[in-house]
Amino acid sequence: MATSQTWLLRPFQERSTQVFLGVLFAALVVVTFLHLYMPEDSALHVSAYTVTLLGKYLCYALLAVAVDLVWGYLGILSLGHGAFFALGGYAMGMYLMRQIGDRGVYGDPVLPDFMVFLNWQELPWYWQGFDMAWFAFIMVLLAPGLLALVFGFLAFRSRVTGVYLSIITQALTFALMLAFFRNEMGFGGNNGLTDFKDILGFNLRSDATRLGLFLATGIALAVGYVVCRAIVTSKLGRVSVACRDAEARTRFLGYRVERVQLFVFVVSAMLAGVAGALYVPQVGIINPSEFSPLFSIEIVVWVALGGRATLYGAVIGALLVNYAKTVFTGIMPDAWLFALGALFVLVTVFLPKGIAGLLQKRRQKDDDQPGAQEATA
Amino acid sequence: MSIFEQLTNRDQVFDFLTPVASPVDVRHGPILYMEGVSVSFDGFKAINNLNLTIDDGELRCIIGPNGAGKTTMMDIITGKTRPDTGSVWFGSRHNLLRMNEPDIATLGIGRKFQKPTVFEALTVFENLELAMAADKRILPTLTAIMTAEYRDRIDEILEMIGLQALRDKPAGILSHGQKQWLEIGMLLMQKPRLLLVDEPVAGMTEQEMERTAELLTSLAGKQSVVVVEHDMGFVRSIARKVTVLHQGSVLAEGTMDQVSNDPDVIKVYLGEEA
Repeated sequence: MATSQTWLLRPFQERSTQVFLGVLFAALVVVTFLHLYMPEDSALHVSAYTVTLLGKYLCYALLAVAVDLVWGYLGILSLGHGAFFALGGYAMGMYLMRQIGDRGVYGDPVLPDFMVFLNWQELPWYWQGFDMAWFAFIMVLLAPGLLALVFGFLAFRSRVTGVYLSIITQALTFALMLAFFRNEMGFGGNNGLTDFKDILGFNLRSDATRLGLFLATGIALAVGYVVCRAIVTSKLGRVSVACRDAEARTRFLGYRVERVQLFVFVVSAMLAGVAGALYVPQVGIINPSEFSPLFSIEIVVWVALGGRATLYGAVIGALLVNYAKTVFTGIMPDAWLFALGALFVLVTVFLPKGIAGLLQKRRQKDDDQPGAQEATA
Repeated sequence: MSIFEQLTNRDQVFDFLTPVASPVDVRHGPILYMEGVSVSFDGFKAINNLNLTIDDGELRCIIGPNGAGKTTMMDIITGKTRPDTGSVWFGSRHNLLRMNEPDIATLGIGRKFQKPTVFEALTVFENLELAMAADKRILPTLTAIMTAEYRDRIDEILEMIGLQALRDKPAGILSHGQKQWLEIGMLLMQKPRLLLVDEPVAGMTEQEMERTAELLTSLAGKQSVVVVEHDMGFVRSIARKVTVLHQGSVLAEGTMDQVSNDPDVIKVYLGEEA
């Protein structure tokens, strides 16, 4: 057990983190290589379309890690993490909208197209500052973080837990969806924000920018994973597990359970926001459907499939389910939801610990011979 | 000597800089003082004008039939339940009714639940690590480092509760009795001034009970211990002073012999058992 290290460096001493980072970076390098150096007619060539698709999967993987942090380690089943993802996405979308400048359909130098269309005369106060990248990027963290802070403070202070908390997180994302659908909110109503041109001066339609975004997402996933891993391997991580399993006992040991929950919840919301922010420039649109309760439930399914409380399981789950979704919706679009439901039922019945549980069982079998000596020693 | 010299004298340590080892004021004797405490749930008086004083370093047993209010009393002391009337003081300085659970725990009141409650997913060692007296705010917990000193303290307690061999096993695999001990060990890691122990020998074998009795009696003196127990044999083996609760108030108090000869007590409780 690696215990005598600074908390942020601790994950790097773990085998699972080393393997995870190794595989992730190898995948990034291979995709980059195949995209740049394989001739276009080669079977091994990775098209810009595929690169962006993979980038989207990685955003989902980061989102799944964020959900696993609160669900797996803290026992808070959030059915509203899509809200934090979408808020991060909207913060990024607002920046991208302001970057369009006078190249919009109506050619207004300041107002985005939908505002001109609605006959708005000037930019609402909450759109101020989003023309600056640094401000927008801070808001990507701050907007979901603040929402989580206020929501979590109220919920955890009143000791709302379990199913009730799940239901109000669901209500939260549903309420936000309805709010963002309204044109008066000033976020583009049900069309959302789209028609983006460039990010930090790079053209969003160019292949190089797409590759750059894919790599940035990969790095964000790596950083997010390490941060989560650092939290769960710290004493605070063990306190989280303690809160999950025996809340009253933890309280009588002198820990402020509601603060532990709040801290982890806010970190998780921020990570979800980052995932959303990286998602928007790659798919080119953000609209209120990202707030839909169904999406938030889907995230939970990814995590359950991959295996809770491992973090890498969440990544595996997100990638597999979304790959399956791409394939299935291509072949027979109507069957996808049935397939997802069937997958969920099968995994719950036969693999209660998800795919990660299967991997762990395998490894334990391998370890059995040397492990037996250790146990008797 | 001028004031400047006084202030710059490097040999001197100012009072406010030295950590207060125990802020609990027990100069007047009692470590726990409950007076006129009443609490009712939906009209049912769980605690009815309860008066109880525990001296510093005392080992006290509390007995009483089911529903006598033993667990509710512990809930009040640890801040889980607020009484309708009455006052509860820890030492002569701290009003427990104004504090919440973590504050009370940090102040030095440890509690063992009736049903053994340990963190089953964590190892025995980690269970003790979490219980250890330390700065329990968020950031210090996040950056906490396991030092050799801490490790020694945990190993010391592990030896005391006899679970060294199971150090790195998840607490979920422990037997019922072992969980009880682990929980007592967790209380000790907190370095409490007052231990509230709810039914420590429930589900234990004879030998386990004997060891628990030894452990608890060895603690008294250094810490104050309040034991709530049903098992009369066990109470007899450890108790110096026994309090009998009945319908939310104190029925009798004294040595085991005095109490078991008390006609009121015989009538309501000990009748056939003693």
